[in-house]
Amino acid sequence: MNEETVSFTEQEKALIRELQEDIPSTPSPFKNIGEKVGLSEEEVIAKIRDWKEKGIIRRFGVAIKHHKAGITANVMVVWKVPLEKTKEIGLIMASHPAVSHCYERPVFPQWPYNLFTMVHGKSNDECRRIADEISDKTGIKDFQLLFSTKEYKKSSMKYFI
Amino acid sequence: MDQKTDFMTETEKQLLNTIQSDFPLASRPFKELATKLGISENEVIDLMEDLKQRKIIRRVGAIFDLQKLGYKSTLCAIKAPPQRLDEIAEIVNSYSGVTHNYGRENEFNLWFTLIAKNREELSRLLKEIKEKAGVDMILDLPAINLYKIRVDFKL
Repeated sequence: MNEETVSFTEQEKALIRELQEDIPSTPSPFKNIGEKVGLSEEEVIAKIRDWKEKGIIRRFGVAIKHHKAGITANVMVVWKVPLEKTKEIGLIMASHPAVSHCYERPVFPQWPYNLFTMVHGKSNDECRRIADEISDKTGIKDFQLLFSTKEYKKSSMKYFI
Repeated sequence: MDQKTDFMTETEKQLLNTIQSDFPLASRPFKELATKLGISENEVIDLMEDLKQRKIIRRVGAIFDLQKLGYKSTLCAIKAPPQRLDEIAEIVNSYSGVTHNYGRENEFNLWFTLIAKNREELSRLLKEIKEKAGVDMILDLPAINLYKIRVDFKL
């Protein structure tokens, strides 16, 4: 993975602490945030634009609860892919619209699966069908579906606290 | 699931679809949304508050790229004895760098993500969790390559 490190001033860190929280539902939220960290409204907006462009902010928008929004089922599917084919296969898996995340991870004697995908659907059965479809498309037959049995924690990371 | 609170009007769906990935970066963001949706600025603000109260929206704000902020993350898995799963999950949950933690159908039945300021801190925390949980090993699976990450959905 890319190891790019950017350094941030104390004021920028203060702005990050504000932006990782829920922004206020007021007519001028960026002005209110600016007042807290000593920046003008224009400066706050310009900073967000700049960070979006640099990929420091991946997304600026709403975080929704998927199960509340009717996207009810998801499953982590792990795949055993020959090492020399992980990129090619990873990109095919990533192109499927029901796949939200696709990562390559290391293997261990206790864990031979190296590609990880999150598959979303309207039901567990639909998730299973999609996994079979991806298996047919890629020819990867050794895979497992790890449905969740319980959500113990789901939160956003707080940086520079 | 509560059918009544989870029902969304067309305006609400339209609003969510519009701001999932692109909240207006403007002086009066809710006014811009209001123009798009053909309602008033106050109505948009009320809708937002209502969607938050009904827990359909978790929050409005930035999602940062943890790598670019200099942080490191890894996906971890534990083989917990079934009768100790909840207890071990609580131990894992107590760490602020653990953002996601799920029980899953597998021999490795507890999966969590761990974020820390650097790789050394990750290793230190994993060692500590392993000892506190009293398990033989924790799978430590940092991403080697990322092929896709997408978090918005068409409603």
